[in-house]
Amino acid sequence: MTGTSSDLTRVDVAGLSRLLSSGEVSAVEVTRAHLDRIAADDGRLGAYLHVEDDAALAAAAAVDQARATGAELGPLAGVPVALKDLVVTEGVPTTSGSKILEGWRPPYSATVATRLAEAGTVLLGKTNMDEFAMGSSTENSAYQVTRNPWDTDRIPGGSSGGSSAAVAGHLAPWSIGTDTGGSIRQPAAVTGLVGHKPTYGSVSRYGLIAFSSSLDQAGPMARTVLDAAVMHEVIGGHDPRDSTSIDTPLARLADAAREGAAGDLRGVRVGVVRELGGEGHTDGYEPGVLVRTREAIEVLASLGAEVTEVSCPSFDLALPAYYLIAPSEASSNLARYEGVRFGLRAGDDGSRDLDEVMAITREQGFGPEVKRRIILGTYALSSGYYDAYYGQAQKVRTLITRDFGAAFADVDVLVSPTTPTVAFPIGTRVDDPIAMYAADLCTLPASLAGLPAISVPSGLSDGLPVGLQVMAPALADERCYRVAAALEAAQDAARGHRLLDELGTPAGAA
Amino acid sequence: MSSISREDVAHLARLSRLAVTDEELDRFAGQLDQVLAAVARVGEAAVADVPPMTHAVPLTNVLRPDEVTPSLSRDVVLAGAPAAEDGRIRVPRILGDAE
Repeated sequence: MTGTSSDLTRVDVAGLSRLLSSGEVSAVEVTRAHLDRIAADDGRLGAYLHVEDDAALAAAAAVDQARATGAELGPLAGVPVALKDLVVTEGVPTTSGSKILEGWRPPYSATVATRLAEAGTVLLGKTNMDEFAMGSSTENSAYQVTRNPWDTDRIPGGSSGGSSAAVAGHLAPWSIGTDTGGSIRQPAAVTGLVGHKPTYGSVSRYGLIAFSSSLDQAGPMARTVLDAAVMHEVIGGHDPRDSTSIDTPLARLADAAREGAAGDLRGVRVGVVRELGGEGHTDGYEPGVLVRTREAIEVLASLGAEVTEVSCPSFDLALPAYYLIAPSEASSNLARYEGVRFGLRAGDDGSRDLDEVMAITREQGFGPEVKRRIILGTYALSSGYYDAYYGQAQKVRTLITRDFGAAFADVDVLVSPTTPTVAFPIGTRVDDPIAMYAADLCTLPASLAGLPAISVPSGLSDGLPVGLQVMAPALADERCYRVAAALEAAQDAARGHRLLDELGTPAGAA
Repeated sequence: MSSISREDVAHLARLSRLAVTDEELDRFAGQLDQVLAAVARVGEAAVADVPPMTHAVPLTNVLRPDEVTPSLSRDVVLAGAPAAEDGRIRVPRILGDAE
């Protein structure tokens, strides 16, 4: 470890923590290395909507100063972090990828942001996303396209695509994403990262700009399973400011990751979900994704796991149920953007009344996917259609939860591909909502049931990353970390390096 | 399940306070029809006796002591408002000319 700028952006958080704690590098050096890398490379990737620059350096300098005076600092003090732009940050621009919030500087911070700041981490900036988290490619951002560091003609996944591109592109050591139907797991999968959606209610939603409140969860996106677990421990746990927050202590997630990495899965029962890429259910799945998934499952078996196939027939209904529930809740949540209290106001020329100004503001401020979902949600909640659509979808949610319950009577975790394909080329699905929604096929069941699920790299197909999804019962997030860490450690050992190391430093980078 | 017409979309857009353009009406009507056709399968699920699930975790009403806690200051809130005047948020008129 020589401590040059280019090295520091390739060190994982566990490594940065050691270097910072021992005083081998300063927080300012680490932050500057990342800011330099962002300046050199983000023009190509488009991961960030806002970079903190001087404020980040000032925060890092404060950490160094505290350390110099002998203050007791936590292990993450001075580690940089990037936040998805729907995490509300006091005084720092927050747009949720929408023009309706352009220029808004929130008067308060999300619990997730506060807890990361209290741990001493340094905010690098806010990452691009599909507008209001509605999308699977980040192409629905009102601001810019974000590119996949593995192939800049392809999408970085979504909706947390700025967060995935930043971490895979070494513009941040880790980041916060949010997941409503797969928006942490799918971007992690297609960029070669680890991404975990926590049990619903185990990470506070206070200060996360709402999309679909019964589904939204924030979680870690990182280069290693251990880093993801460490971040989850920082942000997780009860928060009285979120009424759906679960009041039980978090499991020991980092310990679970270390235990998994030791490589012994004897006694762990792994169920392979037939309906997610198994026999008779391979339509829309790329063969390369299925091969990597099979190989990953073989690795788990070789570490001692008992592998069986499990059937969850209601999972076939997850996609239609989700695309009724999420737009319904969105149509209600997005009613707050009325051009009065904060955000954009358009058409207020003195002659128009409030209703007209509101309709013009929302027309100008929202992009096409957001409008589509508001209209669909309004329809699904209309009198006369409510029972047939929203009500029916809520019942399907119960069926999916029952399928999980039956499966978890026999197995400890369930596995599947994270998403049916590798990253697709930019522009190929943006005008075809149905094709775009198919990217969420495998991630939706755990979302609807509120269960924890992780995506961990399983290899490359056509030179592009593939992810394995590991799902667990509610509040058993530690099982996801244990099994994912076992796969990661075994595959890293077999190939002699991390998957992400196959993504070279781009020419011209610092 | 029914399909969604251009007139339906126009009505829903009005309910949603979206001043959509004619071009959007044409595009959205077609796209929403496709989406509705794709989600119609939920109607085929045998769920007559199945209770709806609204949340992943069982929810009870969450209460806190009725004590005053700090809130945002007026100036901070007004700084984020699109228009403010005399220490208040300025809004477009809410009543018609005849009222």
